[in-house]
Amino acid sequence: MISLTPLDLVLASVLVLALALTSHFAALGLARTLVVVSVRTVVQLLLVGLVLRQLFETTRVSLLLLVVGIMLIVAAREVRSRQARPLAGAWGYSVGALSMFVSSFSVTALALLVVIDATPWYLPQYAIPLLGMLLGNTMSGVSLGMSRFTESAYREKAAIEARLLLGHTAQAATSHLRVEAVRTGLVPIVNSMAAAGIVSLPGMMTGQILAGSPPVEAVKYQILIMFLIASGTGFGVLVSVWLSATRLFDERERLRLDRLDG
Amino acid sequence: MSGLEVEGLRFRGLGPLSLSISAGQCVALMGASGVGKTLLLRALSDLDPHEGVVRLDGVDGNEIPAHVWRSRLGMLPAESAWWADDLGAHFSTQVDLAPLGFGPDAFAREVSRFSTGERQRLALARLLASEPRALLLDEPTASLDPENAERVEAILEAYRVRHDAPVLWVSHDVAQARRVASSVLELTPEGLTQAT
Repeated sequence: MISLTPLDLVLASVLVLALALTSHFAALGLARTLVVVSVRTVVQLLLVGLVLRQLFETTRVSLLLLVVGIMLIVAAREVRSRQARPLAGAWGYSVGALSMFVSSFSVTALALLVVIDATPWYLPQYAIPLLGMLLGNTMSGVSLGMSRFTESAYREKAAIEARLLLGHTAQAATSHLRVEAVRTGLVPIVNSMAAAGIVSLPGMMTGQILAGSPPVEAVKYQILIMFLIASGTGFGVLVSVWLSATRLFDERERLRLDRLDG
Repeated sequence: MSGLEVEGLRFRGLGPLSLSISAGQCVALMGASGVGKTLLLRALSDLDPHEGVVRLDGVDGNEIPAHVWRSRLGMLPAESAWWADDLGAHFSTQVDLAPLGFGPDAFAREVSRFSTGERQRLALARLLASEPRALLLDEPTASLDPENAERVEAILEAYRVRHDAPVLWVSHDVAQARRVASSVLELTPEGLTQAT
């Protein structure tokens, strides 16, 4: 395994700086943002590296729970902030958090218990990276699915109410929108599975190969990850869209757009 | 009692309103724009929160599931709305569209290719195909030419007689209100009054 020196990272940062300068002179208005996110990347990842080192050395359950709890909360905030019309109040966070929890956490637990078979099964060295991969991808799917659903419900109020007036149930009245929303949420993972290896070498596999793993080992892990991500994202999107659809109606099956923000 | 009974209905600062439409009777509802005629129909259909009691054939709307209530009450909104591309997807059974001036090929066409007035008539066909017990009509002929308005009036008249349905018909046209209804009510911010 070839270790990276700080100098290697400085060289990479010169490229980002060059991009920022170009953006500044081309008046793209992105220079500041680029610098800020670059600094954030460095600081956040360094901090995570320190926390992970601590976690891997001690295998303390309380610390593990704290880390995964923070990961879930941050993901839930991110899901909400990516929506133009999120569910109002605590629902805006909890629907996303719950969907990601049931999908990402159960798929991760299943993979750790059945496939990876480490001892103890929650060994942070496996649990944290797996959960991170799953949560990151599920988060994209859930936020895409939910924002598609809430926006189309807002835009198609008349069509939903037309269905209600014909005697359709609340669930039936949004069936056409729910199908679309779930498809939207699943597009990224379906695309990346279709293109995997041909158009793009997935990031995790690339990282493993660069770090010195034999390619076939890296491929096996990548296939595992892809399948886990697909199922985690799929179930997460289904749950989140279903919960959003349920929340948008009251006990008398009235469409309640006042339960959306914005 | 059969028919539609409304007691002490309150919604969005209006009311309490009471009215009664017996089976097979058509009542016209008039009133200035924005006074709340559409809101009244929405409250009756339980699309908006409201207080008071609405009964159809003696059954209180709050005692049955909302979707069952709406399937019996049969409200036609002023503007038609569609959720699928093809017209046929909006009908569970193919009904005869000839009385409204459409051929059987209409079901295969895209909704977006019909004009506003055509869609308004097709929305009526869609509603009647679900065979509601009562009809709440929000200006059903507003975007129609006189010939088609007459067609729609005839179809609604036939439905009312055949199903002995109570009908509440919102209209801006005094002549139409007198023509189709046996009683004309006017909605004002103060409440419902019998128009003379």
